[in-house]
Order: sequence, then structure tokens, then C-alpha cells
Amino acid sequence: MEILIQQLFNGLTIGSVYSLVALGLTLVYGILHIPNFAHGALYMMGGYITLMMMVNYGLHYWLAILFSVLTVGLIGVLMERLVFHPLRNAPPIHDKIAAIGILLFLEAFAQYVWGAEYKTMPSPYGQVVQLFGLTFTMQRLLIIVSAIVVMLLLYLFLKKTFTGATIIAMSQDRDGASLVGINTSRVAILTFLISGGLAAIASSLAAPINLVFPGMGHLVILKAFVIIILGGMGSIPGAIVGGYILGFSESLGATYISNDYKDIIAFILLVIILSIKPTGLFAKGGH
Amino acid sequence: MKILKRQYIILAMLLFAIFFPLVTQNEYLVHVMTLSFIWMIGVYGLNLLAGYTGYLSLAHAGFFAIGAYSLGLLTVKAQMNFWAAFVLALVITSVIGFLVGLLALRTKEHFFAIYTLCVGYIIYLVIDKWESLTEGVRGLIGIPAPGNIGPISFQTPLSQYYLVLSILLLSVLAMYRIIHSLTGRTYIAIRNSEDLAQAIGISTIKNKLTAFVLSTFFAGLSGALYASFIRFIGPDIGHTVITFDLLTYLLVGGIGTLSGPIVGTVLVVWISQQLQFLQDYRMLIFGPVLTLLVIFYPRGIVGAIASWTNKQAGRMKQRSLRDEKKEDSFPSSDIAPENQVKEG
Repeated sequence: MEILIQQLFNGLTIGSVYSLVALGLTLVYGILHIPNFAHGALYMMGGYITLMMMVNYGLHYWLAILFSVLTVGLIGVLMERLVFHPLRNAPPIHDKIAAIGILLFLEAFAQYVWGAEYKTMPSPYGQVVQLFGLTFTMQRLLIIVSAIVVMLLLYLFLKKTFTGATIIAMSQDRDGASLVGINTSRVAILTFLISGGLAAIASSLAAPINLVFPGMGHLVILKAFVIIILGGMGSIPGAIVGGYILGFSESLGATYISNDYKDIIAFILLVIILSIKPTGLFAKGGH
Repeated sequence: MKILKRQYIILAMLLFAIFFPLVTQNEYLVHVMTLSFIWMIGVYGLNLLAGYTGYLSLAHAGFFAIGAYSLGLLTVKAQMNFWAAFVLALVITSVIGFLVGLLALRTKEHFFAIYTLCVGYIIYLVIDKWESLTEGVRGLIGIPAPGNIGPISFQTPLSQYYLVLSILLLSVLAMYRIIHSLTGRTYIAIRNSEDLAQAIGISTIKNKLTAFVLSTFFAGLSGALYASFIRFIGPDIGHTVITFDLLTYLLVGGIGTLSGPIVGTVLVVWISQQLQFLQDYRMLIFGPVLTLLVIFYPRGIVGAIASWTNKQAGRMKQRSLRDEKKEDSFPSSDIAPENQVKEG
């Protein structure tokens, strides 16, 4: 029983990270209908920038995260302006290849600047907490709480502010949004800014319990794709729910099935889903 | 006139390939060239699917690895005759390709890319983790060189060079025949508009499936040759990094062109050789190149040259037709089937 609760807690931790990454991915998909393969590279950059700020410049953990969020958001904006905007009318295969190009560049860049070795991120929250006779590390609790706060803020932003509403409007109907006077370019920039920021938060939160290395985004981004297909491409609640579903199935699978094959679970899940329903679960209409 | 010119170019390339090892006498260069020939075969497979049929498969390295591992396991562990194992490896890859294609091709566009990306990752993880069969990260060692065909043996690098070259030529010929046949036209029709293709009575699923299986066949062929040439394989050959490498070769050369894979592979492999000090950082250059190419020259070097010559030809024609209407412009659409595909 104790193992089960511990594993559920771990699932909640991993699920929070996955949800944040998937949210960024699904926002971009909703606006531009491109699967941003470079999103994993943004996640990786976020981890490295936070680490660099903490270790080289001695910034506090939260300040480092803030800096990282802004920088990665800016990288996202540059990506949109320089690459995806010029390609907006190109055949869909081009966006994907361009995104792969960015991914390869950013990974090589990280390896060039920070080296290929695995790095640990020191966290000021290494304490162990006792709750109801179970032990939790502070960092893991922090991940869960921060992720939920970020999701709530995002929800309020999208639902309660005018700018947020323009994002929703554009994801529902690009031409329609244009017709009612929404500046689609500005919304696209904003979306990439948020998407990059979410990736940076996710990696900065997860890095102290994992490691920082150039390939850290590979598995995460693939799983994020699984999640948004699970939850419906472009659907925001779907990304959150899907993230937690995957987090739980992985942590339980690792304990009760096989630790070696835990990374495969997500992909097998995806292959099964797409084999049965080629447009994903909960897909809205034709996309 | 133009056909004659193209024939000369092909002849020159062929002569160059045949005499290359005799001229250089440098074993290392011959090794690099053989390896690029092997990659070219794989790139042709990718080209058929991504370039002509419009389906970007990111599992290509997985099928490459299946071909390589099938050959390796059949010769090393099952002690089979080399050529029997070679043929069987191709059959295994194609059958797996058929099964994957059956499911993968139910999806479209982005879903297809993501699906195949995941399939590729599953193949990689299975090879990496199934240690009792594949030896995991230790890799397979001692794969034999190609067996003798009659009196010809393939033990020396030079003979392997010519073996790979001849298989490459056969592959190019096969590709040429496919692209210029009705089947090839069907693939292009599917790429340009799947709905339209369906409306004029093309069975899209059947054609997509044959394109997919053919594509995996060439990936497997390339993988099997790689295994017998390098004679050591590890799980890394199935990693998505290899898929991205193949994609780079294809894009630099020209996606959806017949000569693109050759041009792109030779160019990128040789530039990589020159930039060897960069090693792992070569993607610092090739990553942006990939992105810029897609934005500015979506059909690579070959496509750019083709549209340039088209423009020149257009100008000539315009001059001679000066009396006629001035708007005799030549659309250089980048997805329309270009004039390489001739009528009849």
C-alpha cells in the first residue's frame, strides 16, 4: 500500500512536468496547426539557462527560473518570426522539417556551449518532509504545487483576459479571428512566448530531480506528443488530463510491469490509440 | 538537346564513380565513398515516401536498423549463408514495414509524422533493451563481409566498393522506373492532393502502402549493406539522429527529385569530412541549413538548379515570343510535379 501511494505521488510529479510541456505544445498546435518538434529543444534550453544562471551567476533558484522563462520565450518568438511565419503557407511537410532543423541546431548549440556531460542542478529545496507517515522530498512537492499554480494562472489568463481570449479565438478559427480584427501575427508571437515559457518552467522544476544534458528533451517531447494526441490536438484541458494519465501509467508501470520498458509504455499507448482512432482521442472535427 | 546533355552528365558521374578508387588510391576516401553510397540507397527510400508520396516518415532509421540487425543476427547467431541472410533480411524488413504501414497509413500528415517518430523510437528501445537477442548496447560484432558470388569474392574494400556501387545503380534504376511509371504518377497525385487522387479513382491506401513498403525495403537494403560493410552494429543506428541525417541528405540534394539523394549525400558527407574538427557540432551548421533550405529552396540544390534552368529557358522563349502576350510567365511552383516527369 505504501509503495502504491509513493508511486501515485511520483506519477503526480512526473505528470505535472508532462502537462506543462504538453500545454505549450498544444497551444502552438491550436494556433498554427504545426507539430513543433523543436519544443523539446526549448525544454532543454530552459534547463541549461536556469542551471547557468544559478551556477555561474549565483542567482537564486526562482530568479534563475524567471530569467530562463523570459529567454526561452524569446527563443520561441524568434522561431515563430524567422521560421514558422515565412512558412505559414507552405505544405505541412515543410514546417516539420524546419522544426527538426531548429531542434538539431539547438541541441548542437547546447552541447557546444555547455558540453555533453550530464549535470545536476542544485536545488535549495532538498529537504525531506514527513506527511501522514510517508516521506516526500520538498522539490517534488514544489513541482506539483508550482505546476498547478501555473496551470491556474494560464487558465485565468485565457478565460478572463481579453488577450487570452484572442488566443482561444484564433485557435477556434483563424480566418474568423482575423475578420473580427484580431492581429493574428501578434497572437502567434504571444503563443510562442507562452509556449517557450512553459517549457522553461517545466524543465527548471524537473531538473533538480533529473539531470541536465543536451538530449534531455528527446523523450519528454515524444511523450508530450503522445499526451496531446491522447487529449486531442489543440485541447488545453486534454493536455493537462493526458499529462497526468501518462505520469500515473508510467510510475505504476515502472513498479508493477518493468522498469526497463517504462519509457516504451507511452509509445505503445500512442500506437494503440492511433491504430484504433487515427485522428486521436477526443479529436475535434477534421484536423 | 536537353536530354542529350543530361545523358552526358549521368555518364560523367558514372565514369567518375567507376574510376574514383583507381584515381585516388586512398583507402580512407574509398571507405567514405562506399559509406555514402550505402546512405544514398536509404535516402532513396525516404525520398520515395516523403518526396514523391508526401508522407514524412520519421521511422526510417528504425527500418535501416531492422535490416542491419536482421542480417547481423542471421549471419552471426544463426550462422546462415550470407546471401540467404541478405535476402531474408530484406524480406523481414519489408514484412515489418508492411505491418507498420498498415496501421501507420491510417493516419495523415502530422499524425503520421508523430506516429512514425514513435514507431522509430520503439524499434530503437527494443533493440537497446532486448539484450538476449541483440546484445543491447554492446552491439553485434563479427558480421561477415559479403559472401562470394561464383568466383568473385568481396573481401577487399575495393571489391566492396564496386558491389555497393552496383547495388546503388540498380536501386537508382529501379527508382527511375518507379517514378516514371503510372505508379510513380499515382504517388505524385497522392502527394499533391489525396482527396483529388481519390476522386479520380486512385486507391490511395493501396498505393500509399506499396510506397511505404518500397521505402522500408530500400531502408533495409541500405541497413543490410551497412552491417556487412562496417561489420559491427550497435543500437545507435536505429536512433532518430540517423533519420534526421538521412533527411538532411535528402533536403540538401532536393526532396522529390531523382538526383537529389546522390547530390545531397555526396555533398553533406564530404563537407562533414572536411569539417571533421566539428564532429558532434556539425549540426550547428546543418540544422540551420535544413531550416533555411526549407524556407528558401524547398526542393534543395537540384530543385534550385532545375527552376533556374527553367527560368532561363523561359526567358529565351519569351524573347522569341515577343510579339505575343507579355504575361507568358512560368510558374515555378514548388509542389507541382516538375517537368522531370515527362508525358508518355
